[in-house]
Amino acid sequence: MRHIISLLMENESGALSRVSGLFSARGYNIESLTVAPTEDPTLSRMTIVTSGSDEIIEQIIKQLNKLIDVVKVLDLNDGRFIERELMIVKVKANAQYRDEMKRMCDIFRGRIIDVSDSSFTIEITGSSSKLDAYIESIDKAAILETVRTGASGIGRGDRILKV
Amino acid sequence: MSSNYISGAEIVIRCLHEEKVKFVFGYPGGAVLNIYDAVFQQNKFKHILVRHEQAAVHAADAYARSTGKVGVALVTSGPGATNAVTGIATAYMDSIPIVIISGQVPTYAIGQDAFQECDTVGITRPCVKHNFLVKDIKDIASTIKKAFYVASSGRPGPVLVDIPKDITAEKYEFNYPKSVHLRSYNPIIKGHSGQIKKALSLLLSAKRPMIYSGGGVVLGNASSQLTKFVRTIGSPITSTLMGLGGFPASDKQFLGMLGMHGTYEANMAMQECDVLLAVGARFDDRVIGNPEHFLSKPKTIVHIDIDPSSISKRVKINIPIVGDVISVLNDLNDLLSKEKIKQNISLKNWFKEIEQWRSMNCLSFKNDKQLIKPQFVIQTLHKVTKGDAFVTSDVGQHQMWAAQYYPFDKPRRWINSGGLGTMGVGLPYAMGTQLAHPDAKVACVTGEASIQMCIQELSTCKQFHLPIKIINLNNRYMGMVRQWQEFFYGNRYAESYMEALPDFVKLAESYGHVGMKIEKPSDVEPALKEAFSNKLKERLVFMDFITDQKENVFPMIPNGKGLSEMIIAEDL
Ligand SMILES: Cc1ncc(C[n+]2csc(CCOP(=O)(O)OP(=O)(O)O)c2C)c(N)n1
Ligand SMILES: [Mg+2]
Repeated sequence: MRHIISLLMENESGALSRVSGLFSARGYNIESLTVAPTEDPTLSRMTIVTSGSDEIIEQIIKQLNKLIDVVKVLDLNDGRFIERELMIVKVKANAQYRDEMKRMCDIFRGRIIDVSDSSFTIEITGSSSKLDAYIESIDKAAILETVRTGASGIGRGDRILKV
Repeated sequence: MSSNYISGAEIVIRCLHEEKVKFVFGYPGGAVLNIYDAVFQQNKFKHILVRHEQAAVHAADAYARSTGKVGVALVTSGPGATNAVTGIATAYMDSIPIVIISGQVPTYAIGQDAFQECDTVGITRPCVKHNFLVKDIKDIASTIKKAFYVASSGRPGPVLVDIPKDITAEKYEFNYPKSVHLRSYNPIIKGHSGQIKKALSLLLSAKRPMIYSGGGVVLGNASSQLTKFVRTIGSPITSTLMGLGGFPASDKQFLGMLGMHGTYEANMAMQECDVLLAVGARFDDRVIGNPEHFLSKPKTIVHIDIDPSSISKRVKINIPIVGDVISVLNDLNDLLSKEKIKQNISLKNWFKEIEQWRSMNCLSFKNDKQLIKPQFVIQTLHKVTKGDAFVTSDVGQHQMWAAQYYPFDKPRRWINSGGLGTMGVGLPYAMGTQLAHPDAKVACVTGEASIQMCIQELSTCKQFHLPIKIINLNNRYMGMVRQWQEFFYGNRYAESYMEALPDFVKLAESYGHVGMKIEKPSDVEPALKEAFSNKLKERLVFMDFITDQKENVFPMIPNGKGLSEMIIAEDL
């Protein structure tokens, strides 16, 4: 099953490679991994999207906790959570595609953030599966370039990950 | 600049003094010249100059294994650090607390492919508990303090501190922190009391209880607590290779080592028990074989371990208890003292069954008039040393024979590489052990292939007058490899024959030691007696025992098979 794991770690050089090294050394999947400093500059927050059986996920959480730099780990799938990912897509917007691209952008609540004679650059946020659905829905031949941030996640309501 | 400013190198030394370090095992080089200059000007610890950095780390590791204190190694950048990697990985796999200080090129040269630069922190990351690159002289003292703390607390392990050369020359005031707090690292010491109660009542009501003790008991200094507990509940107990000595081997309740080359009775009892208590052990592949086969006989498993990630890793645990083994065993003993222990009838029946397995005498072997049996050498070693030696070993058949035929009654006496299985550790392990215990008998059980992997250390032994007794079980084969080739590869002995062996007697003599070659069974005991006699008390003795070439280690569980699927000697 797909899991989203959030963690807080010391914002030190090498911290990221400890996590990515752990995943490759133990053969765990990484679908995406995002990291950035938090409002407390000594801490980084990371979101890892992974998949595996319950036993594997349990091991992943334990192994992450074992890393000396990791302060807190939360498996978001243990409760209710919100997941968002940002994608920027550059699509063809010549006469053939221009209307359709505008319409699909609106349907997926995207925003056109750059325009040229022949292309649109569109920003879309949502769960990773929503972004997948957008890509599925438009004509493959129209896609010029895509870039995705990987998912970020946060617990709903009172579920808070903080030191 | 105030007068109490000292160099970064001196700060490193002062930190080691604060940690009461007695020995530093090392090898100099460009990046650590400042540190070595400071080593030269102090006399609070002794520097042991090895002949290869791998041996420095192994020796520091053995110092830790045999004393429980943190071992320290000092190496230079680049090749010094890469040579140390095998030693670090070996210590990591067996959770040994050591601190490795490595020199690094100056901070301004990092990333420039400078002379003798390598990414030491990157290379060692997967085989250390933690590592640090110190970029500022202000951080040297606090980092070394953290390194010792992390290495020795929780589940122990190696910690490396990489120090660029320029900051060892700069000056700063020395201030050693009194304590460390890491918000991201808080090992759990105390076990959950509810779980402990549950575990005890399960064990007391079990019909076929079994204890499986591992290296964690030795590392956690919990032998006497374990012994007390096991003797009170009266159950049988087995130990892993790493746990030997954690419970006295001469005790009737002890069934011997379990696992791939474990005894018949230990493996059968492990398979057939109804409640299993695992203490500081990790159910690894060499120990329980195939996990599905192991669980095919239903049992309730209690697991005490300081490392949560060891629990339910290979085998699902019913009652996990995360905590320091010594603390949990103390709690168990306290509860037990309030309990009225009834004579357990079913325990009697359980032991009846065990005695039947035991009567198989799976470790028996036939002595020969002409050929020296390696098992006989170890048995005689045990007799001559009265079971009181520190025994280090290399990796191979000789290691298994040492584990099987030298029963250990005390912890920290059996020093070997269990997890990584590193050939070459034997001699440096003996060095670290002998330095830590100058008056003790230290025997290094090795093979003609393994000993050649760190043979240069005979020179270190000469320099520091280490009276180690080397027991070379010379079968002219990489015996363990040959055994697998015999069993599983149709006797095709690919590259496992040791050609062009040196004359070990002359070799030992050329390093200034005593050499002996023993070719007849009747000479085994006299030779060992002489080697351990007062006459040779101060000398390293290299005993080259020419043994039966085709002897195999039994019992054996073939790779991937289950605990009760052992091959016993007569089966073949
Ligand atoms: C550094 C290293 N390389 C290779 C191996 C694989 N290996 C395991 S046992 C063994 C043979 C050891 O031969 P020897 O030291 O003569 O011991 P014996 O088995 O003959 O007693 C080898 C090559 C290893 N464990 N370590
Ligand atoms: Mg051999």
